[in-house]
Amino acid sequence: MAIDKVIEVPYALEIPVGPQHPALHEPILLKAYADGEEVVKVEVHTGYNHRGIEKLAEKNSFYRDIFIVSRVCGICNGVHANCFVRAVEQILGIEPSPRAKYLRVLAMELERMHSHMLINAVMAEIIGFDSLFMNIMRDREYIMKSKEIVTGNRVSADYMIFGGVRRDLSSDKIDKLRKLIDRVIPRIKYYKKLFMEDETILKRLVDVGVVKPSEATLYGLLGPVARASGVKIDARASDKYDAYGEIPFNVIVRNECDAWARMMVRWDEALESAKIIKYVLDHLPQDGKAVPDERRLPRRFPPGEAYTRVEAPRGELIYYVMSDGKPMPYRVKIRTPSVHNILNTAKFYIGYSIADLPVILTSWDPCISCMERLTIIDLRTGERRKVPMKELAGGGKKWVNPRYSL
Amino acid sequence: MEKENKSDGKAKIIRYTPWLVHFNTGACNGCDIEVLAALTPFYDVERFGIKLAPSIRHGDILLVTGAVTKKAGERLKRLYEQMPGPKFVIAVGTCACTGGVFAKSYSVYAGADKVVPVDMYIPGCPPRPEAIIDGIAKLLKKLEQS
Repeated sequence: MAIDKVIEVPYALEIPVGPQHPALHEPILLKAYADGEEVVKVEVHTGYNHRGIEKLAEKNSFYRDIFIVSRVCGICNGVHANCFVRAVEQILGIEPSPRAKYLRVLAMELERMHSHMLINAVMAEIIGFDSLFMNIMRDREYIMKSKEIVTGNRVSADYMIFGGVRRDLSSDKIDKLRKLIDRVIPRIKYYKKLFMEDETILKRLVDVGVVKPSEATLYGLLGPVARASGVKIDARASDKYDAYGEIPFNVIVRNECDAWARMMVRWDEALESAKIIKYVLDHLPQDGKAVPDERRLPRRFPPGEAYTRVEAPRGELIYYVMSDGKPMPYRVKIRTPSVHNILNTAKFYIGYSIADLPVILTSWDPCISCMERLTIIDLRTGERRKVPMKELAGGGKKWVNPRYSL
Repeated sequence: MEKENKSDGKAKIIRYTPWLVHFNTGACNGCDIEVLAALTPFYDVERFGIKLAPSIRHGDILLVTGAVTKKAGERLKRLYEQMPGPKFVIAVGTCACTGGVFAKSYSVYAGADKVVPVDMYIPGCPPRPEAIIDGIAKLLKKLEQS
Protein backbone atom coordinates (compact mmCIF):
# COMPACT_ATOMS: atom_id res chain seq x y z
CA MET A 1 0.00 0.00 0.00
CA ALA A 2 1.39 3.34 -0.97
CA ILE A 3 1.72 5.97 1.66
CA ASP A 4 -0.56 8.85 0.85
CA LYS A 5 -0.57 10.71 4.11
CA VAL A 6 2.02 11.48 6.77
CA ILE A 7 0.73 12.38 10.20
CA GLU A 8 3.10 14.36 12.35
CA VAL A 9 2.93 13.29 15.97
CA PRO A 10 3.14 16.34 18.22
CA TYR A 11 6.09 15.62 20.44
CA ALA A 12 6.51 19.01 21.97
CA LEU A 13 4.65 21.89 23.49
CA GLU A 14 3.69 24.70 21.16
CA ILE A 15 4.12 28.20 22.53
CA PRO A 16 3.00 31.16 20.48
CA VAL A 17 4.89 34.37 21.25
CA GLY A 18 3.11 37.38 19.82
CA PRO A 19 1.96 39.14 17.72
CA GLN A 20 0.83 41.34 20.60
CA HIS A 21 3.41 41.23 23.35
CA PRO A 22 4.29 43.71 26.02
CA ALA A 23 8.02 43.63 25.44
CA LEU A 24 8.50 44.09 21.74
CA HIS A 25 6.27 46.76 20.37
CA GLU A 26 5.96 45.17 17.00
CA PRO A 27 3.76 42.44 15.60
CA ILE A 28 5.67 39.24 14.92
CA LEU A 29 4.58 35.75 15.81
CA LEU A 30 7.17 33.24 16.91
CA LYS A 31 5.80 29.75 17.16
CA ALA A 32 8.20 27.93 19.41
CA TYR A 33 8.12 24.18 19.96
CA ALA A 34 9.62 23.18 23.27
CA ASP A 35 10.67 19.84 24.67
CA GLY A 36 10.59 20.53 28.38
CA GLU A 37 12.48 23.79 28.67
CA GLU A 38 14.51 23.34 25.53
CA VAL A 39 13.42 24.96 22.30
CA VAL A 40 13.46 22.44 19.48
CA LYS A 41 11.92 24.38 16.64
CA VAL A 42 10.83 27.93 15.95
CA GLU A 43 8.63 29.16 13.16
CA VAL A 44 8.73 32.84 12.36
CA HIS A 45 5.34 34.13 11.26
CA THR A 46 5.31 37.58 9.74
CA GLY A 47 3.02 39.62 7.57
CA TYR A 48 1.20 41.61 10.24
CA ASN A 49 2.96 44.73 9.12
CA HIS A 50 2.77 44.36 5.36
CA ARG A 51 1.60 47.68 3.99
CA GLY A 52 2.43 47.39 0.28
CA ILE A 53 4.90 50.26 0.27
CA GLU A 54 6.70 49.28 -2.93
CA LYS A 55 3.41 49.30 -4.81
CA LEU A 56 2.49 52.65 -3.24
CA ALA A 57 5.85 54.05 -4.33
CA GLU A 58 5.08 53.08 -7.92
CA LYS A 59 1.71 54.82 -7.76
CA ASN A 60 3.03 58.12 -6.41
CA SER A 61 5.43 60.72 -7.79
CA PHE A 62 9.13 60.80 -6.94
CA TYR A 63 8.60 63.71 -4.56
CA ARG A 64 5.82 61.99 -2.64
CA ASP A 65 7.90 58.82 -2.51
CA ILE A 66 10.47 60.50 -0.26
CA PHE A 67 7.74 60.74 2.38
CA ILE A 68 6.45 57.24 1.75
CA VAL A 69 9.83 55.49 1.94
CA SER A 70 10.75 57.32 5.12
CA ARG A 71 7.67 55.68 6.65
CA VAL A 72 9.00 52.20 5.93
CA CYS A 73 10.59 52.42 9.34
CA GLY A 74 10.18 55.17 11.86
CA ILE A 75 13.43 54.47 13.69
CA CYS A 76 15.63 54.59 10.60
CA ASN A 77 13.51 56.96 8.50
CA GLY A 78 16.41 59.25 7.59
CA VAL A 79 18.46 56.33 6.33
CA HIS A 80 15.63 55.10 4.11
CA ALA A 81 15.02 58.59 2.73
CA ASN A 82 18.74 59.10 2.16
CA CYS A 83 19.06 55.86 0.22
CA PHE A 84 16.07 56.67 -2.01
CA VAL A 85 17.14 60.28 -2.52
CA ARG A 86 20.64 59.26 -3.53
CA ALA A 87 19.27 56.73 -6.01
CA VAL A 88 17.09 59.39 -7.66
CA GLU A 89 20.00 61.85 -7.59
CA GLN A 90 22.03 59.31 -9.56
CA ILE A 91 19.24 59.10 -12.15
CA LEU A 92 18.99 62.89 -12.30
CA GLY A 93 22.74 63.40 -12.32
CA ILE A 94 22.76 66.00 -9.55
CA GLU A 95 25.15 66.19 -6.64
CA PRO A 96 24.41 67.81 -3.26
CA SER A 97 26.80 70.39 -1.84
CA PRO A 98 29.49 69.25 0.64
CA ARG A 99 27.64 70.99 3.48
CA ALA A 100 24.46 69.07 2.68
CA LYS A 101 26.43 65.81 2.65
CA TYR A 102 27.83 66.51 6.10
CA LEU A 103 24.38 67.41 7.43
CA ARG A 104 22.97 64.15 6.07
CA VAL A 105 25.69 62.23 7.88
CA LEU A 106 24.86 64.15 11.06
CA ALA A 107 21.17 63.24 10.88
CA MET A 108 21.89 59.59 10.10
CA GLU A 109 24.42 59.19 12.92
CA LEU A 110 22.01 60.70 15.44
CA GLU A 111 19.52 58.12 14.27
CA ARG A 112 22.02 55.31 14.71
CA MET A 113 22.78 56.48 18.24
CA HIS A 114 19.17 56.58 19.35
CA SER A 115 18.38 53.29 17.65
CA HIS A 116 21.25 51.51 19.39
CA MET A 117 20.34 53.03 22.75
CA LEU A 118 16.71 52.00 22.26
CA ILE A 119 17.49 48.35 21.54
CA ASN A 120 19.89 48.18 24.49
CA ALA A 121 17.15 49.64 26.68
CA VAL A 122 14.66 47.07 25.39
CA MET A 123 17.19 44.35 26.10
CA ALA A 124 17.50 45.60 29.68
CA GLU A 125 13.72 45.50 30.01
CA ILE A 126 13.49 41.98 28.62
CA ILE A 127 16.03 40.54 31.04
CA GLY A 128 14.03 42.16 33.83
CA PHE A 129 16.36 45.07 34.56
CA ASP A 130 13.64 47.72 34.48
CA SER A 131 15.53 50.54 36.18
CA LEU A 132 18.30 50.30 33.59
CA PHE A 133 15.66 50.45 30.85
CA MET A 134 14.23 53.63 32.34
CA ASN A 135 17.68 55.19 32.73
CA ILE A 136 18.76 54.48 29.16
CA MET A 137 15.45 55.83 27.85
CA ARG A 138 15.94 59.02 29.84
CA ASP A 139 19.41 59.60 28.42
CA ARG A 140 18.14 58.77 24.97
CA GLU A 141 15.98 61.90 25.19
CA TYR A 142 19.17 63.99 24.75
CA ILE A 143 19.65 62.38 21.36
CA MET A 144 15.99 62.92 20.47
CA LYS A 145 16.40 66.57 21.43
CA SER A 146 19.50 66.92 19.24
CA LYS A 147 17.67 65.23 16.39
CA GLU A 148 14.87 67.73 16.80
CA ILE A 149 17.38 70.59 16.68
CA VAL A 150 18.95 69.28 13.48
CA THR A 151 15.93 68.03 11.54
CA GLY A 152 12.91 69.71 13.11
CA ASN A 153 11.16 66.63 14.41
CA ARG A 154 11.92 63.97 16.95
CA VAL A 155 11.29 60.91 14.82
CA SER A 156 10.02 61.21 11.25
CA ALA A 157 11.71 64.34 10.02
CA ASP A 158 11.71 64.03 6.21
CA TYR A 159 15.08 65.73 6.24
CA MET A 160 16.36 64.65 2.83
CA ILE A 161 15.44 66.20 -0.50
CA PHE A 162 16.93 65.79 -3.97
CA GLY A 163 20.08 67.95 -4.05
CA GLY A 164 20.48 68.52 -0.32
CA VAL A 165 18.60 68.70 2.94
CA ARG A 166 15.56 70.68 4.02
CA ARG A 167 16.98 72.64 6.95
CA ASP A 168 20.32 74.28 7.53
CA LEU A 169 22.18 74.39 10.82
CA SER A 170 23.08 77.74 12.41
CA SER A 171 26.09 78.23 14.67
CA ASP A 172 24.09 78.56 17.90
CA LYS A 173 22.38 75.26 17.14
CA ILE A 174 25.81 73.69 16.69
CA ASP A 175 26.79 74.86 20.18
CA LYS A 176 23.61 73.38 21.61
CA LEU A 177 24.30 70.08 19.86
CA ARG A 178 27.86 69.97 21.21
CA LYS A 179 26.57 70.38 24.76
CA LEU A 180 23.97 67.65 24.34
CA ILE A 181 26.43 65.18 22.80
CA ASP A 182 29.00 65.89 25.51
CA ARG A 183 26.35 65.08 28.08
CA VAL A 184 25.45 61.76 26.45
CA ILE A 185 28.96 60.35 25.89
CA PRO A 186 29.82 59.72 29.58
CA ARG A 187 26.41 58.11 30.07
CA ILE A 188 26.97 55.71 27.16
CA LYS A 189 30.41 54.87 28.54
CA TYR A 190 28.80 54.15 31.90
CA TYR A 191 26.16 51.86 30.36
CA LYS A 192 28.84 50.09 28.37
CA LYS A 193 30.75 49.45 31.58
CA LEU A 194 27.54 48.22 33.19
CA PHE A 195 26.95 45.77 30.37
CA MET A 196 30.53 44.55 30.77
CA GLU A 197 30.47 44.12 34.54
CA ASP A 198 26.93 43.56 35.78
CA GLU A 199 26.35 40.01 36.94
CA THR A 200 22.68 39.84 35.90
CA ILE A 201 23.34 41.02 32.38
CA LEU A 202 26.32 38.73 31.88
CA LYS A 203 24.39 35.71 33.14
CA ARG A 204 21.56 36.30 30.70
CA LEU A 205 23.52 37.34 27.63
CA VAL A 206 26.88 35.57 27.53
CA ASP A 207 26.95 32.40 25.38
CA VAL A 208 23.32 32.82 24.36
CA GLY A 209 22.33 32.72 20.70
CA VAL A 210 25.78 32.03 19.33
CA VAL A 211 26.23 32.74 15.62
CA LYS A 212 29.47 31.34 14.25
CA PRO A 213 31.36 33.50 11.72
CA SER A 214 30.88 30.81 9.07
CA GLU A 215 27.10 30.85 9.71
CA ALA A 216 27.03 34.64 9.56
CA THR A 217 28.49 34.58 6.05
CA LEU A 218 26.47 31.54 4.99
CA TYR A 219 23.12 33.14 5.86
CA GLY A 220 24.16 36.58 4.63
CA LEU A 221 23.72 38.27 7.98
CA LEU A 222 24.24 42.01 8.11
CA GLY A 223 24.95 44.85 10.45
CA PRO A 224 25.83 44.52 14.14
CA VAL A 225 24.83 40.83 14.08
CA ALA A 226 27.52 40.03 11.52
CA ARG A 227 30.03 42.39 13.09
CA ALA A 228 29.58 40.69 16.47
CA SER A 229 30.51 37.42 14.78
CA GLY A 230 33.79 38.78 13.49
CA VAL A 231 32.62 39.66 9.98
CA LYS A 232 33.89 43.11 9.05
CA ILE A 233 31.02 44.40 6.95
CA ASP A 234 30.00 48.05 6.88
CA ALA A 235 28.56 49.92 3.89
CA ARG A 236 29.83 53.20 5.31
CA ALA A 237 33.41 52.02 5.05
CA SER A 238 33.10 50.10 1.80
CA ASP A 239 30.86 52.48 -0.17
CA LYS A 240 32.00 55.83 1.27
CA TYR A 241 28.72 57.49 0.33
CA ASP A 242 27.88 61.08 1.28
CA ALA A 243 30.66 62.45 3.48
CA TYR A 244 31.80 59.15 5.00
CA GLY A 245 34.88 59.14 2.74
CA GLU A 246 36.19 62.25 4.50
CA ILE A 247 35.26 61.36 8.06
CA PRO A 248 37.59 59.05 10.03
CA PHE A 249 35.82 56.26 11.91
CA ASN A 250 36.39 52.66 12.95
CA VAL A 251 34.34 49.62 12.02
CA ILE A 252 33.58 47.85 15.30
CA VAL A 253 34.12 44.10 15.18
CA ARG A 254 33.91 41.61 18.04
CA ASN A 255 34.65 37.91 18.08
CA GLU A 256 32.48 36.62 20.94
CA CYS A 257 29.58 35.79 18.56
CA ASP A 258 26.87 35.77 21.28
CA ALA A 259 24.00 38.06 22.30
CA TRP A 260 26.30 39.96 24.62
CA ALA A 261 28.75 40.73 21.81
CA ARG A 262 25.91 42.07 19.67
CA MET A 263 24.85 44.47 22.42
CA MET A 264 28.46 45.55 23.00
CA VAL A 265 28.94 46.22 19.29
CA ARG A 266 25.94 48.55 19.52
CA TRP A 267 27.36 50.46 22.50
CA ASP A 268 30.73 50.83 20.76
CA GLU A 269 29.01 51.98 17.59
CA ALA A 270 27.00 54.54 19.52
CA LEU A 271 30.28 55.93 20.87
CA GLU A 272 31.75 55.87 17.37
CA SER A 273 28.68 57.74 16.09
CA ALA A 274 29.17 60.36 18.80
CA LYS A 275 32.74 60.78 17.54
CA ILE A 276 31.49 61.19 13.95
CA ILE A 277 28.92 63.76 15.10
CA LYS A 278 31.58 65.77 16.89
CA TYR A 279 33.82 65.62 13.82
CA VAL A 280 30.94 66.81 11.61
CA LEU A 281 30.14 69.69 13.96
CA ASP A 282 33.81 70.75 13.96
CA HIS A 283 34.39 70.39 10.22
CA LEU A 284 31.05 71.47 8.73
CA PRO A 285 31.95 72.97 5.32
CA GLN A 286 30.80 76.52 4.73
CA ASP A 287 30.77 76.39 0.92
CA GLY A 288 27.64 75.69 -1.07
CA LYS A 289 23.99 75.88 -0.12
CA ALA A 290 22.74 72.96 1.91
CA VAL A 291 19.08 73.65 1.23
CA PRO A 292 18.15 73.58 -2.48
CA ASP A 293 15.47 75.90 -3.80
CA GLU A 294 12.48 73.56 -3.89
CA ARG A 295 10.82 75.55 -6.70
CA ARG A 296 13.78 74.90 -8.97
CA LEU A 297 14.10 71.20 -8.40
CA PRO A 298 13.75 69.11 -11.57
CA ARG A 299 10.20 68.27 -12.61
CA ARG A 300 11.19 65.77 -15.32
CA PHE A 301 12.95 62.55 -14.51
CA PRO A 302 15.01 60.93 -17.25
CA PRO A 303 14.71 57.18 -17.81
CA GLY A 304 17.34 55.24 -15.97
CA GLU A 305 18.01 53.05 -13.00
CA ALA A 306 20.06 53.34 -9.87
CA TYR A 307 21.17 51.05 -7.11
CA THR A 308 22.28 52.49 -3.81
CA ARG A 309 23.10 51.21 -0.37
CA VAL A 310 23.54 52.72 3.06
CA GLU A 311 24.46 51.35 6.44
CA ALA A 312 21.24 51.53 8.45
CA PRO A 313 21.46 50.99 12.23
CA ARG A 314 20.58 47.33 11.58
CA GLY A 315 22.85 46.70 8.61
CA GLU A 316 23.13 47.26 4.92
CA LEU A 317 20.02 48.75 3.30
CA ILE A 318 19.62 48.57 -0.46
CA TYR A 319 17.36 50.55 -2.78
CA TYR A 320 16.86 49.92 -6.45
CA VAL A 321 14.98 52.66 -8.30
CA MET A 322 13.98 52.46 -11.96
CA SER A 323 12.54 55.38 -13.87
CA ASP A 324 10.96 55.20 -17.32
CA GLY A 325 10.72 58.96 -17.88
CA LYS A 326 7.33 59.37 -16.24
CA PRO A 327 6.75 61.44 -13.08
CA MET A 328 6.39 58.21 -11.11
CA PRO A 329 9.09 55.57 -10.67
CA TYR A 330 8.57 52.36 -12.64
CA ARG A 331 9.93 50.24 -9.81
CA VAL A 332 11.23 50.80 -6.31
CA LYS A 333 12.81 47.76 -4.71
CA ILE A 334 13.75 47.93 -1.05
CA ARG A 335 15.91 45.32 0.64
CA THR A 336 16.24 45.96 4.34
CA PRO A 337 18.75 44.27 6.65
CA SER A 338 16.04 42.92 8.96
CA VAL A 339 14.70 40.71 6.18
CA HIS A 340 17.94 38.79 6.07
CA ASN A 341 18.53 38.81 9.77
CA ILE A 342 15.17 37.96 11.32
CA LEU A 343 14.03 35.31 8.87
CA ASN A 344 17.27 33.49 9.51
CA THR A 345 16.91 33.64 13.29
CA ALA A 346 14.76 30.50 13.38
CA LYS A 347 17.84 28.30 13.34
CA PHE A 348 19.63 30.06 16.15
CA TYR A 349 17.02 29.54 18.88
CA ILE A 350 17.35 25.79 18.87
CA GLY A 351 18.96 24.29 21.95
CA TYR A 352 18.40 27.28 24.22
CA SER A 353 15.70 27.54 26.87
CA ILE A 354 12.36 29.28 26.45
CA ALA A 355 13.52 32.19 28.62
CA ASP A 356 16.35 32.84 26.18
CA LEU A 357 13.96 33.23 23.26
CA PRO A 358 13.12 36.93 23.76
CA VAL A 359 16.76 37.66 24.60
CA ILE A 360 17.96 36.17 21.33
CA LEU A 361 15.24 37.91 19.32
CA THR A 362 16.06 41.28 20.87
CA SER A 363 19.79 40.85 20.39
CA TRP A 364 19.11 40.59 16.65
CA ASP A 365 17.39 43.98 16.81
CA PRO A 366 14.25 43.09 14.89
CA CYS A 367 12.71 45.89 12.91
CA ILE A 368 9.46 44.36 11.78
CA SER A 369 8.17 47.41 9.98
CA CYS A 370 11.31 47.36 7.84
CA MET A 371 10.75 43.76 6.86
CA GLU A 372 7.29 43.68 5.52
CA ARG A 373 6.79 45.48 2.28
CA LEU A 374 6.56 42.57 -0.10
CA THR A 375 5.53 39.02 0.41
CA ILE A 376 8.69 37.86 -1.38
CA ILE A 377 10.28 37.48 2.03
CA ASP A 378 8.53 34.20 2.37
CA LEU A 379 10.58 32.50 -0.31
CA ARG A 380 13.63 32.66 1.88
CA THR A 381 12.87 29.97 4.42
CA GLY A 382 11.85 26.57 3.20
CA GLU A 383 9.39 26.06 6.02
CA ARG A 384 7.03 28.84 5.17
CA ARG A 385 6.97 28.12 1.47
CA LYS A 386 3.65 26.40 2.06
CA VAL A 387 2.00 29.54 3.39
CA PRO A 388 -0.32 30.77 0.68
CA MET A 389 0.52 34.26 -0.43
CA LYS A 390 -3.11 35.27 -0.43
CA GLU A 391 -3.29 34.73 3.29
CA LEU A 392 -0.45 37.15 3.84
CA ALA A 393 -1.83 39.89 1.66
CA GLY A 394 -5.48 39.89 2.58
CA GLY A 395 -6.89 36.84 4.26
CA GLY A 396 -7.60 35.25 0.89
CA LYS A 397 -10.72 37.31 0.37
CA LYS A 398 -9.60 40.18 -1.79
CA TRP A 399 -7.86 40.26 -5.10
CA VAL A 400 -4.10 39.84 -4.92
CA ASN A 401 -1.78 41.14 -7.57
CA PRO A 402 -0.45 38.03 -9.33
CA ARG A 403 2.98 39.63 -9.50
CA TYR A 404 3.28 39.23 -5.77
CA SER A 405 1.88 35.77 -5.46
CA LEU A 406 3.94 32.67 -5.91
CA MET B 1 -17.63 51.60 13.94
CA GLU B 2 -20.27 52.33 16.55
CA LYS B 3 -19.65 51.42 20.12
CA GLU B 4 -22.29 49.00 21.26
CA ASN B 5 -21.94 49.21 25.06
CA LYS B 6 -21.72 52.85 26.12
CA SER B 7 -20.16 53.16 29.53
CA ASP B 8 -22.95 52.95 32.05
CA GLY B 9 -21.25 54.67 34.98
CA LYS B 10 -18.72 51.86 35.30
CA ALA B 11 -16.10 53.83 33.42
CA LYS B 12 -15.49 55.99 36.48
CA ILE B 13 -13.91 53.03 38.20
CA ILE B 14 -10.86 52.92 36.00
CA ARG B 15 -10.05 56.59 35.91
CA TYR B 16 -7.38 56.44 38.63
CA THR B 17 -5.61 53.34 37.37
CA PRO B 18 -6.15 52.87 33.68
CA TRP B 19 -3.87 50.18 32.32
CA LEU B 20 -2.62 50.55 28.80
CA VAL B 21 -2.20 47.87 26.20
CA HIS B 22 -0.22 48.80 23.14
CA PHE B 23 -0.78 47.10 19.80
CA ASN B 24 1.07 47.86 16.61
CA THR B 25 -1.23 47.11 13.68
CA GLY B 26 1.28 47.97 10.99
CA ALA B 27 3.01 51.11 12.14
CA CYS B 28 6.40 52.26 10.98
CA ASN B 29 7.68 52.16 14.59
CA GLY B 30 7.72 55.93 14.81
CA CYS B 31 4.58 56.08 16.94
CA ASP B 32 5.69 53.06 18.95
CA ILE B 33 8.91 54.66 20.10
CA GLU B 34 7.00 57.83 20.98
CA VAL B 35 4.52 55.80 23.04
CA LEU B 36 7.54 54.19 24.70
CA ALA B 37 9.05 57.63 25.32
CA ALA B 38 5.77 58.75 26.89
CA LEU B 39 5.97 55.83 29.32
CA THR B 40 9.57 56.47 30.38
CA PRO B 41 10.90 58.95 32.96
CA PHE B 42 11.30 62.08 30.85
CA TYR B 43 7.57 62.31 30.05
CA ASP B 44 6.20 59.73 32.47
CA VAL B 45 2.52 58.89 32.16
CA GLU B 46 2.77 56.87 35.33
CA ARG B 47 1.97 60.01 37.31
CA PHE B 48 -1.61 59.57 36.06
CA GLY B 49 -1.63 56.04 37.42
CA ILE B 50 -1.19 54.67 33.94
CA LYS B 51 0.77 51.47 33.53
CA LEU B 52 1.53 49.20 30.65
CA ALA B 53 -0.51 46.04 31.21
CA PRO B 54 1.24 42.74 30.61
CA SER B 55 -1.78 41.13 28.98
CA ILE B 56 -4.76 42.31 27.00
CA ARG B 57 -7.07 40.73 29.58
CA HIS B 58 -5.83 43.22 32.19
CA GLY B 59 -6.12 46.24 29.94
CA ASP B 60 -8.53 49.16 30.08
CA ILE B 61 -7.22 51.32 27.26
CA LEU B 62 -5.99 49.91 23.95
CA LEU B 63 -3.42 52.10 22.18
CA VAL B 64 -3.47 51.38 18.47
CA THR B 65 -0.58 52.62 16.35
CA GLY B 66 -0.28 52.39 12.62
CA ALA B 67 -2.50 51.81 9.63
CA VAL B 68 -4.52 48.64 10.14
CA THR B 69 -3.25 45.98 7.75
CA LYS B 70 -5.58 43.20 6.71
CA LYS B 71 -3.71 40.54 8.62
CA ALA B 72 -3.31 42.61 11.81
CA GLY B 73 -6.94 43.76 11.55
CA GLU B 74 -8.24 40.33 12.54
CA ARG B 75 -5.87 40.28 15.51
CA LEU B 76 -6.98 43.76 16.54
CA LYS B 77 -10.61 42.66 16.54
CA ARG B 78 -9.78 39.60 18.61
CA LEU B 79 -7.76 41.65 21.07
CA TYR B 80 -10.64 44.10 21.46
CA GLU B 81 -13.07 41.28 22.11
CA GLN B 82 -10.77 39.82 24.77
CA MET B 83 -10.57 43.09 26.71
CA PRO B 84 -12.77 43.32 29.80
CA GLY B 85 -15.29 46.18 29.83
CA PRO B 86 -15.41 49.11 30.19
CA LYS B 87 -12.85 49.43 27.44
CA PHE B 88 -11.52 52.31 25.42
CA VAL B 89 -9.45 52.64 22.28
CA ILE B 90 -7.01 55.44 21.47
CA ALA B 91 -5.71 55.78 17.92
CA VAL B 92 -2.17 57.18 18.04
CA GLY B 93 -0.75 58.76 14.92
CA THR B 94 -2.15 59.83 11.59
CA CYS B 95 -1.98 56.27 10.23
CA ALA B 96 -4.20 54.91 13.01
CA CYS B 97 -6.60 57.85 12.59
CA THR B 98 -7.10 57.80 8.82
CA GLY B 99 -4.56 55.49 7.23
CA GLY B 100 -2.13 58.31 6.47
CA VAL B 101 0.16 57.73 3.52
CA PHE B 102 -0.85 54.07 3.43
CA ALA B 103 -4.60 54.70 3.09
CA LYS B 104 -4.74 53.65 -0.58
CA SER B 105 -2.57 50.56 -0.26
CA TYR B 106 -3.95 47.18 -1.30
CA SER B 107 -3.17 45.51 2.01
CA VAL B 108 -4.45 48.18 4.39
CA TYR B 109 -7.94 48.83 5.81
CA ALA B 110 -6.91 52.45 6.63
CA GLY B 111 -7.82 53.81 10.08
CA ALA B 112 -8.34 51.80 13.25
CA ASP B 113 -12.00 52.89 13.36
CA LYS B 114 -12.69 50.57 10.43
CA VAL B 115 -12.20 47.61 12.77
CA VAL B 116 -12.86 48.74 16.35
CA PRO B 117 -14.70 51.75 17.85
CA VAL B 118 -12.23 54.52 18.65
CA ASP B 119 -12.72 56.93 21.57
CA MET B 120 -9.81 59.30 21.05
CA TYR B 121 -7.77 60.26 18.02
CA ILE B 122 -4.24 61.66 18.39
CA PRO B 123 -2.97 62.85 15.00
CA GLY B 124 0.65 63.55 14.16
CA CYS B 125 3.40 61.73 12.33
CA PRO B 126 4.39 60.71 14.91
CA PRO B 127 2.60 62.65 17.68
CA ARG B 128 4.97 64.02 20.28
CA PRO B 129 4.91 62.27 23.68
CA GLU B 130 3.31 65.41 25.11
CA ALA B 131 0.47 65.04 22.62
CA ILE B 132 -0.02 61.38 23.55
CA ILE B 133 -0.14 62.27 27.26
CA ASP B 134 -2.57 65.08 26.48
CA GLY B 135 -4.83 62.67 24.60
CA ILE B 136 -4.82 60.15 27.43
CA ALA B 137 -5.47 62.87 30.02
CA LYS B 138 -8.41 64.16 27.96
CA LEU B 139 -9.86 60.68 27.79
CA LEU B 140 -9.57 60.37 31.57
CA LYS B 141 -11.34 63.70 32.01
CA LYS B 142 -14.09 62.44 29.74
CA LEU B 143 -14.47 59.39 31.99
CA GLU B 144 -14.89 61.60 35.02
CA GLN B 145 -17.86 63.33 33.45
CA SER B 146 -19.55 60.21 32.17
